[in-house]
Amino acid sequence: MPEQLLTARGVGKTYGVRPVLQDFSLDLGRGEIHALLGQNGSGKSTFIKIVAGYVEPDDGTQISALGTDLRFPLRGREAQGLGVAFVHQDLGLLGSETVFENFLLSGFDPSDRVRINWSRRRSEVRESLESFGVDIDLDRPVSEASDMERAMIAIVRAIASLRGRDAGILILDEPTPYLPRDGIDRLFAVMREASAAGFGILFVTHRLDEVWAVADRVSVLRDGKLVANSAVADLDERTLVQQILGFSLDQYYPEQRPAATGAPVLHATGVSGNQVRDLDLTVGSGEIVGITGLLGMGWEEVPYLLFGATSGSGSIELAGKPYDIGHLSPAEAIRGGLALLPGDRLGRSGIGAATVLENVTLPTLGGLYTRGLLRLGKELEEVKAALEEFGVVPPDPHARFASLSGGNQQKALLAKWFRTNPTVYLMHEPTQGVDVGARKQIFERIAEARARGTSILIASSEYEDLAHVCDRVLVLRDGRVVSELHGDGLTPERISEQCFARASTGAESAGSPIEGVG
Amino acid sequence: MLVRSQSVIHMVEKHGRRRLLPPGFTADLASRYGVVIAWILVIVVFSILQPETFATWGNFQTIFGSQAVLLILALGLLPSLRVGEIDLSFAGVMTVAIVLVGYLSVDVGWPIGAAAAAALFAGAFAGFINAFLVVNVGLNCIVVTLGTGTLLGGLAVAINLETVTGISPVLVDAVRTQVLGLPLAFWYGVLLTTLVWYVFKYTPLGRYLQFSGVGPEVARLSGIRVDAIRFGSLMTASIVAALAGVVLTGTLGAANPRIGLAYLLPAFSAAYLGSTVISPGRFNAWGTFVAVYFLVTGITGLELLGLSGWISDVFYGASLVLAITFSHLLAQFQERRRDRRVASLRDDPRQLPTEASTR
Repeated sequence: MPEQLLTARGVGKTYGVRPVLQDFSLDLGRGEIHALLGQNGSGKSTFIKIVAGYVEPDDGTQISALGTDLRFPLRGREAQGLGVAFVHQDLGLLGSETVFENFLLSGFDPSDRVRINWSRRRSEVRESLESFGVDIDLDRPVSEASDMERAMIAIVRAIASLRGRDAGILILDEPTPYLPRDGIDRLFAVMREASAAGFGILFVTHRLDEVWAVADRVSVLRDGKLVANSAVADLDERTLVQQILGFSLDQYYPEQRPAATGAPVLHATGVSGNQVRDLDLTVGSGEIVGITGLLGMGWEEVPYLLFGATSGSGSIELAGKPYDIGHLSPAEAIRGGLALLPGDRLGRSGIGAATVLENVTLPTLGGLYTRGLLRLGKELEEVKAALEEFGVVPPDPHARFASLSGGNQQKALLAKWFRTNPTVYLMHEPTQGVDVGARKQIFERIAEARARGTSILIASSEYEDLAHVCDRVLVLRDGRVVSELHGDGLTPERISEQCFARASTGAESAGSPIEGVG
Repeated sequence: MLVRSQSVIHMVEKHGRRRLLPPGFTADLASRYGVVIAWILVIVVFSILQPETFATWGNFQTIFGSQAVLLILALGLLPSLRVGEIDLSFAGVMTVAIVLVGYLSVDVGWPIGAAAAAALFAGAFAGFINAFLVVNVGLNCIVVTLGTGTLLGGLAVAINLETVTGISPVLVDAVRTQVLGLPLAFWYGVLLTTLVWYVFKYTPLGRYLQFSGVGPEVARLSGIRVDAIRFGSLMTASIVAALAGVVLTGTLGAANPRIGLAYLLPAFSAAYLGSTVISPGRFNAWGTFVAVYFLVTGITGLELLGLSGWISDVFYGASLVLAITFSHLLAQFQERRRDRRVASLRDDPRQLPTEASTR
């Protein structure tokens, strides 16, 4: 077996004219744990998908795995056949099938060609899971397992598929967001064991503390290019953050007092959900508040919790009226003056098969129903006017919703909720998958609404947007607010820094004072 | 239809005076009124083939007067179909209602009104059980109602195995009395069609039903109580099925525990076939009305041609399969055509001032 398990040279991938990965190279040696870092969209997942055969790289890409040169396009599971195991970001589990069946998906033992030895396979799977301390019924469908259990199943499955090999590569794409602290510790212990046995491990993470906890080497991608490759021992956190972000950080930003805003209209106390822990939050009248963090840190949950769309606990006070989140329904939240623009545009926000008109008026049909009749003419007029106002192209109320481009869908949905005249408008990734022009229009509408006194809470991972549009931004880590930025201290760089900063060491290494909130 | 016709006018205006009809008008007409056209064709063909027997006032009365029960049943299914639930228990519910009316009014001696009320109450109770199991417990509707429907059919036979004759003339008259040459039962069907049409088109509830079916999560996050709507639609299916049982008992003047099941497939055929007309792609009231009478006309004509009793099963079964095939293909075709139109509008430079004017 060669000393280098994975060698990549000149790896490139271009979509149209846009390169997402350029001349990337990477070496993974026996027993090495290699962290691959970079911001969203820097090309990390693209590289992994190339090795897995999901994405075909540009010409000139040379990758060899376990001594075999890969010839693109790869056949299905070619890399797996050589001894490369993957845990992709989406985990690759079939929810409706049982835990055991999901293990079988990773391929049959060659000795099972003729007859599958079910009982032996079952006991192997059970042993693998137990060695990770995962106690789960093999015959339960995976959909019933918790996020944490699902992540563990995918990880254990990948490691188990390398069983019996004397060399192999384990590739983990952000395995930790859904794992609890002890799950992460167990994962790291297994990673160390595997590396001690001569396996190579490549893992993608956003959390810098994990780099120091487990990795030997680090490669940093920025805008599709390799910007750093060094041993962890030679690095300090400041340098690494700079390499990831591409600019140097000023140690201290001038802090400003929060801009004077109106009286508080939304006051949330002790809000907890799957990841959010005991969050306190106040939004003033006419204020735009951003809430952000790295994936899986809990910020994505906040709008849904406040709206009563997912189960959680805590209480909110909205325009002076108290609500218990445990019993809040979306219908009540709407009556109380909330609106929610979900992030999943065609799954939770709009209905592709219905018309634009039907989508826009869904929450406001009650107002169009007078004296026993739905006023269809009035509805059409109002929707036409709204589509014009929000710049939806084409402004055709009868167009099938799915036929609009993403940006126009989002503008129509924005209009849908502004029609309810919300006191507080909650938004989740309002500009995701939206082109630049539409993005600008969306922000204009948000600014106008604020001028009318509507308060807006934006949960987003677009730091640039948040910095420009918000009065205040809360950064969550592990379900808690770790930082609140406002005034001149509110910049995209500063948000990134707060998101990436190491959780445990706080102010000193992150280079900024961390304000407690609430 | 109101909204729709305005859009047609809108299109004519937009494309100037040169084009009389908007693009795709013929295809649109064919798809919206396909079954209506087929119905007219069937009438014409049978009138030519059987001028003596088919094209007569008596036959017309038979066609419209005899199948009001089927129409009522199919209409009762529409709300549950809109929310995406398939309720197979309605035939069993109807059977129980039939048996209860006969048994309570004739064998026990209750007043007919009380017997009919008991039948409707039984329907509501069955609907409540179905809805509770499907909505609150979260079971699969087809499987649950296959079970409850069979169970109810068996219970009905347990209550009374025999056909009960001598149903009170009050009920018989309330159903059979002729108005404008057609029995009251037919007019009840028309009334119910109008009511369902009104609810679907002119109340928010109609949209809520539709959205709870095609996008339950979107509906829920838009403040619609999706579970309550699903619950109500399943209760409606059972209550209306019980009502159909009462009407059928009056129509026949007898309570026969063995005829309920024969309505299971025709009612679905009519509802699905109805979803391909008037408002294609959606379960709708007048489409169902047209579909019921198209089916009945076809079967009556074929029977007059001398084809024996087997023809109705073949015809209903074939119609159901053809209806869902046709509506599926139609939906695809319409989607492509409308999307092309939207895409062309999007690229049309005349539309661009809209975007500019908002800046």
